[in-house]
Amino acid sequence: MSKILAVDDSASMRQMVAFTLKGGGFDVVEACDGVEALALAKQHKCDLVLADVNMPNMDGITLTRELRTLNDYKYTPILVLTTESGTDRKTEGKKAGATGWIVKPFNPDQLLNTIKKVME
Amino acid sequence: MSIDLSQFHQVFFEESFEGLDVMESGLLELDPAAPDDEEINSIFRAAHSIKGGSATFGFSDVADFTHVLETLLDEVRAGTRSIGPDEVELFLQSVDCLRELLKGLQAKEDVDISRAEDLRQQFEKILGMAPSDGASLDDAESISNGAWRITFRPEGHILRTGNEPLRMFWQLAEMGTLTVTTDSSSLAAFATMNVESCYYAWELQLEGRNIQKEAIEEIFEWVCDDAELLIEPLVAEVAEADENENENESTEAIEAIEDNLQDMESADAEIIPADTKAIEPADAAPKNDAGEKAAKPTVSKAAETGSIRVDIDKIDTMINMVGELVITQSMLGQIGSDFSDDKLGKLQEGLTDLERNVQVLHESVMRVRMLPISFTLSRFPRMVRDLSRQLEKKIELVVKGENTELDKTVMEKIGDPLVHLLRNSLDHGIEKPADRVKAGKPETGIINLHAFHQGGNIIIQITDDGQGLPREKILAKARENGIVGEDEALSDEQVQDLIFQPGFSTAEKVSDVSGRGVGMDVVRRNIHALGGAVSVKSEEGVGTTFTISLPLTLAILDGQLVRVGKEVYIFPLVSIVESLSVDVSQVSSVAGACDVLRLREEYIPIIPLYEAFGIEPDSKELKNSLIVVVESDNVKVGLVVDELQAQQQVVIKSLETNYQSVEGISGATILGDGTVSLILDIAGVVKMAEGLSSELDEKAA
Amino acid sequence: MSAVDIEPNVDEEITSAGVETDQYLTFIMDNEEYGVDILSVKEIRIWDSATPIPKAPSHVRGVINLRGTIVPIIDLRQCFGMSAIDYGPLTVVLVLQVETEKGHREVGIVVDAVSDTADLDRSQVKPAPDMGDKINTSYIKGLATIDKKMVILLNMGNLLNQEDFSAMAEAQKSILELADETTE
Repeated sequence: MSKILAVDDSASMRQMVAFTLKGGGFDVVEACDGVEALALAKQHKCDLVLADVNMPNMDGITLTRELRTLNDYKYTPILVLTTESGTDRKTEGKKAGATGWIVKPFNPDQLLNTIKKVME
Repeated sequence: MSIDLSQFHQVFFEESFEGLDVMESGLLELDPAAPDDEEINSIFRAAHSIKGGSATFGFSDVADFTHVLETLLDEVRAGTRSIGPDEVELFLQSVDCLRELLKGLQAKEDVDISRAEDLRQQFEKILGMAPSDGASLDDAESISNGAWRITFRPEGHILRTGNEPLRMFWQLAEMGTLTVTTDSSSLAAFATMNVESCYYAWELQLEGRNIQKEAIEEIFEWVCDDAELLIEPLVAEVAEADENENENESTEAIEAIEDNLQDMESADAEIIPADTKAIEPADAAPKNDAGEKAAKPTVSKAAETGSIRVDIDKIDTMINMVGELVITQSMLGQIGSDFSDDKLGKLQEGLTDLERNVQVLHESVMRVRMLPISFTLSRFPRMVRDLSRQLEKKIELVVKGENTELDKTVMEKIGDPLVHLLRNSLDHGIEKPADRVKAGKPETGIINLHAFHQGGNIIIQITDDGQGLPREKILAKARENGIVGEDEALSDEQVQDLIFQPGFSTAEKVSDVSGRGVGMDVVRRNIHALGGAVSVKSEEGVGTTFTISLPLTLAILDGQLVRVGKEVYIFPLVSIVESLSVDVSQVSSVAGACDVLRLREEYIPIIPLYEAFGIEPDSKELKNSLIVVVESDNVKVGLVVDELQAQQQVVIKSLETNYQSVEGISGATILGDGTVSLILDIAGVVKMAEGLSSELDEKAA
Repeated sequence: MSAVDIEPNVDEEITSAGVETDQYLTFIMDNEEYGVDILSVKEIRIWDSATPIPKAPSHVRGVINLRGTIVPIIDLRQCFGMSAIDYGPLTVVLVLQVETEKGHREVGIVVDAVSDTADLDRSQVKPAPDMGDKINTSYIKGLATIDKKMVILLNMGNLLNQEDFSAMAEAQKSILELADETTE
């Protein structure tokens, strides 16, 4: 089963994402900020990382940058969750090495469809 | 896949309210002149999360409103906009407004968005945004009936962003017939080749019905900045080609690329999925809007579910302890199944373990209910700010010890009394700036709110550096109301304590803030009901301190077991001042009625508990008895008992469930041997004692 | 402390004739026989000590621990103004669960001895005689004759609905007069 690391500081978003992904047949590891995510990413070899941009302690951009320095995550798809007002953030995310982004708000279907873009 | 999003609503509401609290406290601490980056960031993050969540969960009113807030905050964060007191005020109003909106939504009521609309317009004015916004979609090119030619020349680092050209091609193949031509002309010489780089470019032809340019662009959305991408309508010739053939071709073509890629990047095979048959049309996802609506619970008031958030470490401790208990249980079980006298030592050891484990488990279960008092205190800075504006005073609130933990139930009930005391300090305590300057004090008054643990209690002190309690005014008022006799002489403490009398308010003019006459007596009553106490200490012209002391929890009590005759009573340990054997020479009878013990410089009335409770003691001789000095509301009383036994924590059980309240008794508990022991209500006993002595006085008279 | 659980025989509640019957647990006090609805009886315990409550009326013997809840024990003899007797090995406590205005309540009543169970047709239960306005008979459900003996059926819920437990002493007058009348 493919394993996805879902990172969001908002518990409701995280729950929704995790619930959707589990329903889509994925194994989900949850983290509430970049620091926790990084630690978990080292423990579990995840096949995809979904990270919110705005988080305390370590934001999604920094997380992406950090993950890309790890051998295990050199090519792993990393998607950042961003909002329409965060155009700069998309570019920033790309620069840090994110694969792509998912624009908030999204519904469970959109989430699964986007994920299909990067893994099957 | 249909998911009922309403299952996440409760969590969303909870975290949104927390987010609003964060925003509020952040805004209050924000110094507009020199905004702290981290402060702005956390305010922004809170707004951002609320927006994201509300949009996701379909609360568009909240989402739309939060959006403008977020936009402004983002500009502040980016340093392109400065923030002034007016903006802070506007943000604070927005926090209130959002809180109302969310509360309404949580209770599934119709919400009034006029206030939000109004605030939103103000924000839009600041932002200089046109009030309307409509996305325009007018690309004439966007629909092509024919085919597209796509030239895709990614930059070398594309693979390192986790993007995979192959996947994009698969997606394209889902839309129609895809022909792929690989251009490997820029492939580097083997010696200089970087295995992590992409050296290929592709030319693709996509044919199908109604393929929109946006759809293609969307596939390349994430890479278009890192690649040369050209999407142009294809002229008709190719479209005529046989479809089946093309499809075969495309599959072959894809396999060819795959091989290429695999060759090229064999260093890290993982990135290429071995599964090639995965090219299937994506499942048409069922629209679930209707289902979502139908699935909404019909319960209208879902708001108060009484849930509690518990730190994971608290739960971990509990789980650990349960684990230990299981081990101890199996150990004891083994001893029990095959018992012989020589195992007595082991048995005792096991029982000691059991006792310790149960105690720790007990404590950790109790800790689950404990929350930091900041949950209650967090609303005060805002209140102080708003009220000081209203009262035209300059007041700074300093909060200390907001992480002090106390029981959730106590916390819920202490909020209102605290608000009252704080309002009192704001209104009656701190003077107007001009008056303060006249009195030689700094213009800005300071209210200190300090919470800390002391013994089994939590102490909350509210200290202001205001004008203090006016002794003469209080005394005059008390005489007027007949609470105090004309020539009764009272100490300062006694006078100050008068403010807790029912119907007592010295404010010359009744203000909006406090001083409606209902007040301090209710505060004291509520705090007493929680098993706590409140006292005041004041110095005219210097300031006033209110001290509230509360039990940490209502379910458990540190008790002193005390025996009188055959009965064992529990004295709350916190109310015991000291215990002593009686030195009869220090006891004197007052007017032949109530005995008084002289203890150091104080005279303490002595109440034999056997008399108050009507039971038979071991001995009625004082010299054979012990006196436990207890204190309630600064009144000390010596209770005569037969024996002091152990001290232990007891679980408080209600007498009222099946019986009724009993004067002098606050509840009951079950002792180790299964019998019931009654817990003394010290305040009640002191009152009883007063009644008893006056009764005796009357008899003596 | 030993306890006997009562399993009310629900099947017998409705007889084949379709006449509604209630099952009662009867007990003896001062040679009088009383009955309570068997469904309200949670358990029967041998009398054991109770923790006295200060300043409680004398018929309230105290409280006991019934599996973690605090249950008051009432001496029905004293409650009804009969002479107190020493508790002996036959003295039992009926733990009843009763509906009062304040909700479910559990209360133990001390009686001289448990007598029997009895099925009574509703028609067999006669209303309590009117004792005049001054005497509250609401806690007397009715009278019935079992084996030629008069049984006073009690409605404990109404007894506990009295303002507080001390008001229960009021009950004594009516019960005593009633007992007098029935023996006449």
